Amino acid sequence: MIPAAFDYVRAGSAEEAIRLIGEHGDDAKFLAGGHSLLPLMKLRLAQPSVLVDIGRISDLSYIRDAGDHIAIGALTRHMDLETSPVLAEHVPLLAHAAGYVGDPQVRHRGTIGGSIAHSDPASDLPATTLALGATYIAQGPNGTREIAAGDFFQGFLETALAADEMLTEIRVPKMQGAGWNFQKFNRRAQDWAIVGVAAWRRNGDSGVGLVNMGSTPILAISVSNALSQGASVADAAQLAAEDAEPQSDLNASPEYRVHLAKVLVRRALEAC
Amino acid sequence: MKITVTVNGTSHESDVEPRTLLVHYVRETLGLTGTNVGCDTSSCGACSLHVNGEAVKSCTMLAVQADGTEILTIEGLAQNGEMHPMQKAFMENHGLQCGYCTPGMVMAATSFLKENPSPTEREVRIGLEGNLCRCTGYHNIVQAVLACAAGATK
Repeated sequence: MIPAAFDYVRAGSAEEAIRLIGEHGDDAKFLAGGHSLLPLMKLRLAQPSVLVDIGRISDLSYIRDAGDHIAIGALTRHMDLETSPVLAEHVPLLAHAAGYVGDPQVRHRGTIGGSIAHSDPASDLPATTLALGATYIAQGPNGTREIAAGDFFQGFLETALAADEMLTEIRVPKMQGAGWNFQKFNRRAQDWAIVGVAAWRRNGDSGVGLVNMGSTPILAISVSNALSQGASVADAAQLAAEDAEPQSDLNASPEYRVHLAKVLVRRALEAC
Repeated sequence: MKITVTVNGTSHESDVEPRTLLVHYVRETLGLTGTNVGCDTSSCGACSLHVNGEAVKSCTMLAVQADGTEILTIEGLAQNGEMHPMQKAFMENHGLQCGYCTPGMVMAATSFLKENPSPTEREVRIGLEGNLCRCTGYHNIVQAVLACAAGATK
């Protein structure tokens, strides 16, 4: 399978990338690691006329301690998240979840920014960063702005990013010793989750993100509200799908997904 | 677009269409057909090769993305007519049946051992999760990787 023809331009900086995407209009797409976009292009489900390759902007690949949060450059690869000592210490849930993305070859190329900007509800990192209360930094022609993860995912593969904006940084609050767990239910190694759960808990606070339980990554607010009001894990987990609208596909019916979500949220919270 | 890549130690300058996939560039432009195309959807790992020392799936990378990189394919593993220890380990442990997945398995396994030189059996299985063997010959493949890690090749 070979993608439809396109023009290829390479950006050396975020500013240049934003200028190039502005020049080439709506049919242009950013190319980072390419592990979400290229499969779609090979199936001709995506046919951008121009690819702006941002994969060489090396100053957007970093993981930094920024006080109350960890700042992650959008072009940081999954393998670098998985093996980062800074993340292991301060945001272990994200490092762990990154190790479940695809397989090692995929993690050598795919980036956190690419995964989040693509916003596939079946991807692990959008739901994980949503659960962690991350903030995404978007850079456009007129500067940068912060977008809360909760406001970012607007529909299937649709985000709050404007056409001429680029996701440049992901800011994830430090977990401050919270308990955490990640559950990924799939039929085969390396597959997308049929349902996945990223959860953390500290005293009365918690965050529960659901993978593949709707057209966007889902924050299971009902579960966290119940826990903060003193509900048991077993009772709170019964609310796992309250905020979700799971779809049907080859792997599972909506009813089965709801069942999985309840079981996996319970297991995740019990392990937190 | 003009690209320059170093493949198995030899520098190549080529003019490629932007949509050319790296696996097609390696197989068809350079004639290195040891790298196989399997599923063509970044699932099976048959097309695995190394870019700057790390295994990637070359069906899901554009040749233009590889511009300026060092690529290692299965043809480049042997040195001076001597098989790489991983190749020897696959041979000695019968780590292949039909052989279709083997180049990708060997390239993924050599990349994996660089990241985890002393793996457990379970870590080997997880480390090779991106490579499928449709003969289901996983047992001996895992034994081969463990033997190579232990330096147990003749």
